Amino acid sequence: MASTGNTGGPNNRVTAMLLLPTTLWFFLLLVMPLVVIAVYSLGERAPAGGYQPALTLAQYGNLLARLKAFTNTLTLAPLGTVLCLLIAYPLAYYLAVKAGRGAKPFLLTLVIIPFWTSFLIRTYAWIYILGGRGIPRLLEMIGIEDVRLIYTPTAVLIGIVYGYLPLMVLPIYVSLEKLDKSLLEAASDLGASPIRTFFQVTLPLSAPGLVTGSLLVFILLMGEYLIPALLGGGKVFFVGNALVDLFLQSRNWPFGSAVAIALVGIMLAAVALYLTLVGRDRDRQNVSVL
Amino acid sequence: MVETINGTVDVEFHGVTKRYGDILAVDDMDLEVSSGSFVSLLGPSGCGKTTSLRLIAGFEQPNAGDVRIGGASVVGVPPHKRPVNMVFQNYSLFPHFTVAENIGFGLRQLKPRPSKTEITARVGEMLELVRLQGFEKRRTWELSGGQQQRVALARALINRPTVLLLDEPLAALDRKLRQDMQIELQTLQRDVGITFVLVTHDQEEALSMSDTIYLMDEGRIIQMGGARDLYDEPINRYVADFVGKSNFFDGEIAEADTSGAVIRLASGRVLRGRNPRGVESLNRNAAGVIAIRPELIHIEKANGSASLTTDVETTARIKNRIFLGDQTEYLVEAEGFGNILVLASKHAESVSGGFSPGDFVNVGWKESSALALEDTSKGGRPTAVPVPKIG
Ligand SMILES: Nc1ncnc2c1ncn2[C@@H]1O[C@H](COP(=O)(O)OP(=O)(O)O)[C@@H](O)[C@H]1O
Ligand SMILES: [Mg+2]
Repeated sequence: MASTGNTGGPNNRVTAMLLLPTTLWFFLLLVMPLVVIAVYSLGERAPAGGYQPALTLAQYGNLLARLKAFTNTLTLAPLGTVLCLLIAYPLAYYLAVKAGRGAKPFLLTLVIIPFWTSFLIRTYAWIYILGGRGIPRLLEMIGIEDVRLIYTPTAVLIGIVYGYLPLMVLPIYVSLEKLDKSLLEAASDLGASPIRTFFQVTLPLSAPGLVTGSLLVFILLMGEYLIPALLGGGKVFFVGNALVDLFLQSRNWPFGSAVAIALVGIMLAAVALYLTLVGRDRDRQNVSVL
Repeated sequence: MVETINGTVDVEFHGVTKRYGDILAVDDMDLEVSSGSFVSLLGPSGCGKTTSLRLIAGFEQPNAGDVRIGGASVVGVPPHKRPVNMVFQNYSLFPHFTVAENIGFGLRQLKPRPSKTEITARVGEMLELVRLQGFEKRRTWELSGGQQQRVALARALINRPTVLLLDEPLAALDRKLRQDMQIELQTLQRDVGITFVLVTHDQEEALSMSDTIYLMDEGRIIQMGGARDLYDEPINRYVADFVGKSNFFDGEIAEADTSGAVIRLASGRVLRGRNPRGVESLNRNAAGVIAIRPELIHIEKANGSASLTTDVETTARIKNRIFLGDQTEYLVEAEGFGNILVLASKHAESVSGGFSPGDFVNVGWKESSALALEDTSKGGRPTAVPVPKIG
């Protein structure tokens, strides 16, 4: 129990000391850069590039110039998240519920194995697989001609699903693993068919893992840079790619900062909207079951 | 439902066997549960009770034999299509539903689905039946163990199953609540008129609640009958040992016929006992045992004058005394017998004045109180017992 005054002194001091690294970390690495970026976004580009102090909203007024990056991110990130979810759920379900005790550790290792190699190298591999000498060549052999994959939104989506699937599988797996399997038997015993058992018991009880996985993947995807850079080849680019361009190529730091702040704002709004929807949906479910 | 000479039968096992790999969980089991009865499967942990229930519920399929519900074979029928419901050992209440939603779950699965008003009304009736009115909006994890159990009962009863299955339903409750719930379960069973099949490792629970008890061991039924049958007429040492307390005097079967047997103890003493199996006599020269319930042994002060109205008598010395309130338990040591457990009623104590450790006493019993039994603990498996029809 936290106490006030001198009585709790030593205790409070210990708590404060324990929290100090986290607090420092939080301020130095999260709040400070955000403040710097926010300040930059109100400034002007110095003639030779970089930042020049000013107090203007001009950079924000210019955001539409990068509309394509935003629309790409805002379509492909949610779409990628949904695709990951649809593929990850059955996989996680199989791992947690159906897989035999012997096979489970092995299969889980398979899910994690890709992390043993650099993400960059693995994504490079996809350039080859999706490129002219990869899948399109194979399709040609069975008579399907002129399929173009690399540098398309499809290629980016494939890369996204490939790269982010484990991040979606693991939280869902954990929540399904924790699920008391006798609840499924109870539902079945009370007359629920397997499909009804899934929608009435399994799905609601694995919702925490589902929400965690979706948020994790979605938030990371909003800032994704590597996959569109390699598999989108400058044609399908995200806000992350625009930022690299603005900061490193055109050295327009204030505009880059405005784009970054806008991205953070959109992300916060999207996450808040998602969480309210999930929350409301649960409330409605609870009312409607009776 | 099938009509038999004895009325309708709800659940039947015919030679049911269930294996898990090398483990024989249920071994060639026969079972017949008559409609409206309260049946217990009793036995030590791991003897296959839960597996038997799961075979009835449909969570397991037999490797051999036939499971019938209401006369029709249900082998291969999934649980959600069987007219039985189960109260799970840990209750398995849905944590994301309220009490009312849990209880109404079964109704919501019906086709066609009853109207909301009907569901609310039926849930209300069930809440009343298990005395949980006012709890409908509660979360199940906010309830005490006893309340959770009542929710599980209501949830399993709402669809009026042909048979209600209960897996150690009272094991998680404390002693006082357990005794209250025993009475409550019995009353409930009579009120709703639904067949109950209860699994328990607690012989007291089985004896006090059920009409018929199936005593199991290693996946087999050893003896079935009413509480009195199992307690007074155990067919072998295993039953006499598992149901209640018994004194056992080991020896060799010297003489045997259908009415009884004579057993020679290692000390040379020869004891006669009744044969509870009646029709079949014990095997001569096999290992046998004389079993006597501690409350059937008479105990009195050793004053030289043999006043006991018993057939077998011996002098003994009190080793230990345990005061149980309504009774007193003495452990006495007798020449040629070893330790003997004696239960003296309050009434007997008031006459004799009680004894203290070190006192010399006379103990004895009537030959009609002693049972001559096969010694299953030495001879391996008990011989199979034909299961009589429930009458
Ligand atoms: N799913 C299972 N897999 C393997 N063995 C099992 C399984 N279920 C039960 N058993 C084994 O079958 C035997 C009977 O178990 P069970 O029916 O649960 O006994 P009880 O309920 O009488 O304690 C035990 O030896 C147990 O270890
Ligand atoms: Mg069990």
